[in-house]
Amino acid sequence: MTILSVRKLEKTFGRIVAARDISLDVPAGQTVGIIGANGAGKTTFVNMITGHLRPTEGTITFEGRDIAGLPSRDITRLGISRSFQVAQIFPSLSVFDNVCAAAAIARGPVSMLGRATTPLRSPQTLAEADALIDLFQLASFRSRRAATLAQGVRKLLDIAMAVAAWPRLLLLDEPTSGISIEEKFAIMDVIMQALKSRRITILFVEHDMEIVERFADRVLAFYDGTVIADGTPERTLADPNVLGLIGGARPAAAPARTADV
Amino acid sequence: MAGRANLVGALAFVLVAAIAPSLPAWLISLATIAFANALVVLGLVVLWRAGLVSFGQALYYAIGAYSAALLWRLLGVTDAAVMVVGGGAAAALVAFLVGLLLARYREIFFAMLSLAVSMILYGALVKTEALGSTDGFNVAPATFLGHTPAGQARNLWLFWLTLGTCAVAALVVGGYFRSIAGALAVPVRDNELRVEFLGVSADRLIHAKLTLAGALGGVGGALAALAVGHVDPNMAYWTTSGGFVFVTILAGASSVAAAFVGSLLFELVRSYAVDILPGTWQIILGSVLLLTILFLPDGIGSVLSRRARPPEAQAR
Repeated sequence: MTILSVRKLEKTFGRIVAARDISLDVPAGQTVGIIGANGAGKTTFVNMITGHLRPTEGTITFEGRDIAGLPSRDITRLGISRSFQVAQIFPSLSVFDNVCAAAAIARGPVSMLGRATTPLRSPQTLAEADALIDLFQLASFRSRRAATLAQGVRKLLDIAMAVAAWPRLLLLDEPTSGISIEEKFAIMDVIMQALKSRRITILFVEHDMEIVERFADRVLAFYDGTVIADGTPERTLADPNVLGLIGGARPAAAPARTADV
Repeated sequence: MAGRANLVGALAFVLVAAIAPSLPAWLISLATIAFANALVVLGLVVLWRAGLVSFGQALYYAIGAYSAALLWRLLGVTDAAVMVVGGGAAAALVAFLVGLLLARYREIFFAMLSLAVSMILYGALVKTEALGSTDGFNVAPATFLGHTPAGQARNLWLFWLTLGTCAVAALVVGGYFRSIAGALAVPVRDNELRVEFLGVSADRLIHAKLTLAGALGGVGGALAALAVGHVDPNMAYWTTSGGFVFVTILAGASSVAAAFVGSLLFELVRSYAVDILPGTWQIILGSVLLLTILFLPDGIGSVLSRRARPPEAQAR
């Protein structure tokens, strides 16, 4: 079953084309890695699907429903969550209160009057928050203020909060950026295990090819605002276009600006 | 936790209501105004928790006062409870309408825009001769459910009404702070992007807070109009708004009770300051604010909640 279907997606900022002619289908349950050099349009793509940017052209269909141009909060309610390149958390709250706030929004009523009269700390919310803390192995940071957390833990918290909304599709924007090489795999293991246990379809943007190879079922290569290769990790990463234009796609190996394709 | 705070509050309420008849008349009058103003402060606390400071809260105070006064003048209503509810409802409506614009702004823009809107009302009141221009007009003595007390008895009845209103407001706001919408104040202050991506509109949350704060301001204004027996445009002036912000800083945003304690303390300090330095009492008030900010940056409430919270929660 196709969970996400994108057709002829395009985004322009004035004369700059940030995304063009993107068409693809994602079956439910797949884990899709997105690679590409800086400025290739990966984050623009994620931003359009999650409602942070309104596409200039094209359609985005999620579970049979056109969601292009909806505000991000409505898209979240429909079942798409995301994490950010820079973890978006509530720094002055404890880790537990961060997760609690997210769980309460997801489980609570939608109307303002309902929200104003339903206690945040209901037994169900507390139980859900505890479950998320366990799922993302955050127990030892439970009562720490989020502002004092290390980068890797922030990322886990950011994703835990996104998962609190019970998404069926989750987009992760560079889940391992800013994390040391030794920690990367361990943190990705925690994330992937947690998401798989909740049967979430995953799209993740990543620079580290080893991470992509290890965790993705399928890899999309972005270049100049569009998808230039799409297939299994072995196929995409061995694609001559990908090798030529993105290289190893590590930050160190910037693409050679040879010619306009 | 919530249960205990409510119990302490209820006990304090019953105790103060019971000893009120034996308190001196001046203290009853002072406390009535102080608690009426505390409701405005409580509204500012609701906003402050979300990181917003309104320098125009006197707008709702004046709307509440004038609405209560006009209920009597135009419709002949003298029942205090009806006037207070009417004042609160009118201010809530105005706050909702102003909020359609104001809820989109943050920080200094929010503060200045709220100030600007309140000064528009001030200007309009000053220019409206039918409402007495700068002099304002008097409000008839209130009745209480058909009961018409006179002299000090009336002040006492009004004090009880104010106290009862404050108890209800404290209960409502306390419950709101524990609700999803209320508890999301800190998340909104911290990171609106994350709030939006969790599925909630930060603007709408703030709009609701503005309306609640406006209603509280209106109720406070109506009670003040009844206590003073007079309304005038100064109730909408920016120095009145500034006074409420002053008390909010004094009280802090950490507890509901602090708004009432802070407002009472403010009125006491002010009345003693006027006694001691009739011409330059502002020096004393200014010094008190300075000392509060230096030594109790989180306000009086931080002293109250430090006692109530377990030690683990204090470590930050």
